Amino acid sequence: MSGFADSRARSDGPLKIAVPRGALFGETLDVLDGAGIDTAELRGDSRSLIFEASGVILVTMRPSDVPTYVESGAADVGITGKDVLLEQADRVVYELLDLGFGRCRMVLAAQTGDDRLAEAQRRLGMLRIATKYPRIAERYFESTGRQVELVEVKGSVELAPLVGLGDGIVDLVATGRTLEENELEVREEIVECTARFVANRVSHKLRATEIDELTAKLREASR
Amino acid sequence: MIHPIPPGTRDVLPDEMRELRRLERALIEVFEARGYGEVATPAMEYDEVLARGDGRGAGSTYRFFDESGELLALRSEMTVPIARLVASRFAGTQEPPYRLCYLASAYRAVRPQRGQMREMVHAGVELIGASPEEGTVEVIEVLEAALDAAGLERAVIGLGDADLYRQLLEELGVEGETRDAVLASLATHDLVGLEEELSAAGIGSERVQTCVALTQLRGGSEVLDEARGLGGASVETAISRLSETYAELERRGAADRVQIDLGLLRDLGYYSGAILEVYDPALGHILGGGGRYDGLMERFGIDLSAAGFALYLERVHTAQMEESRR
Repeated sequence: MSGFADSRARSDGPLKIAVPRGALFGETLDVLDGAGIDTAELRGDSRSLIFEASGVILVTMRPSDVPTYVESGAADVGITGKDVLLEQADRVVYELLDLGFGRCRMVLAAQTGDDRLAEAQRRLGMLRIATKYPRIAERYFESTGRQVELVEVKGSVELAPLVGLGDGIVDLVATGRTLEENELEVREEIVECTARFVANRVSHKLRATEIDELTAKLREASR
Repeated sequence: MIHPIPPGTRDVLPDEMRELRRLERALIEVFEARGYGEVATPAMEYDEVLARGDGRGAGSTYRFFDESGELLALRSEMTVPIARLVASRFAGTQEPPYRLCYLASAYRAVRPQRGQMREMVHAGVELIGASPEEGTVEVIEVLEAALDAAGLERAVIGLGDADLYRQLLEELGVEGETRDAVLASLATHDLVGLEEELSAAGIGSERVQTCVALTQLRGGSEVLDEARGLGGASVETAISRLSETYAELERRGAADRVQIDLGLLRDLGYYSGAILEVYDPALGHILGGGGRYDGLMERFGIDLSAAGFALYLERVHTAQMEESRR
């Protein structure tokens, strides 16, 4: 049995959709438009976080908060990156659809042309890795049989190897430009991530028709 | 002066306690009125006994040694202790079926920083030794009466089949690690992962889509027809069993709040056949669950079919409050 967090959230009223701000925001609005939900208001410069449109409620938030809101039922459904879902694998949400956009790679990167990673592995038997994704990194190194000391950072992780906080980093890469600018290069690819459509498990049962219809429309719109 | 208690445990103060007791009494009254006698079992048992319930050893989290070195464990639910009780106390002295109910604390692992409870009260029934067809229907009727007594008129019972995917995967020839990965995707309802795992196992895209579509079927009796359309022998087995149960519930006027759900998969290892989950629109989490566990009693030396459910008392109480505020 999982998911015994206390929740007071209701699944009454209009369907509540968690919308990620940040890198996925634009394409999320596009795909919602495509599914017949008017997102014009969200595109303005309003400071509001909650919008009502086309019979649904759109709740905007950080992508990493989407699983939290959806798991508790505070949002019935939501859109977020697979990287977030993998990092918060213990959140009980139903992953209904791969929306295909926001494609990026979770990678192990290190300083360009530098052999610190290999040397640490050989001489210390242990890698020191800075990352914003400690759980993904932990699983990856465990599954490849390597010992690792993970340093969790919240901000620009590219900085870490440059000043000696870690031999390498595990991070999400879209174009690779940030890596390049900081003289880092991809050494290993861990997993490819795209935006996913997720649902609360009770909402998925009790609001089946609404959620199925929205899923079908989003599938069409994301093609 | 604050004296802390472990995270995931809590004190109950008089206002809440009064409401909890009222709810407990209402539930036990329903169970007793339908012939389910209340029993109690020890909170701690031999670890080996509790482990018989769940083959994957996911049973109890809290294990410790007693003064003579025996490994004990705190129960994580009541079905296995009651299976033990029936086998030890009733077999040979009393004729089945046995109808028992309970109200008991159960202990679970929590994930840090999530506000989860280690200790929660389960209120439920076990019907052991009735025929499978009648047993499932009777248990659902008791559950409905319990939800009514709790005032949760909008609560819904999901009804699925635990054998469906095990048999379907066998039929598709999915085995070993792939089978485990597929079942894990099913259990967490990761449809993207499910599609990937099945495709990687060499299943043709049409059958993969069938499998994915099957997990999305939930609703009234129309769901059964849709599922039949998707074909396959294992689908047919599960569907005919669900049809019978649902038809009987309809005949008794007890089908209104039952939602057939082919995406249902409970994560306890001992379920077979019908499985149940309870939802209320006011709450984002399930209120309880149950189903058939026809193989469990055999692990305790008597071959009897069995079914039951447990409601999570604190969650039912939360739902009561939310419903009363609507």
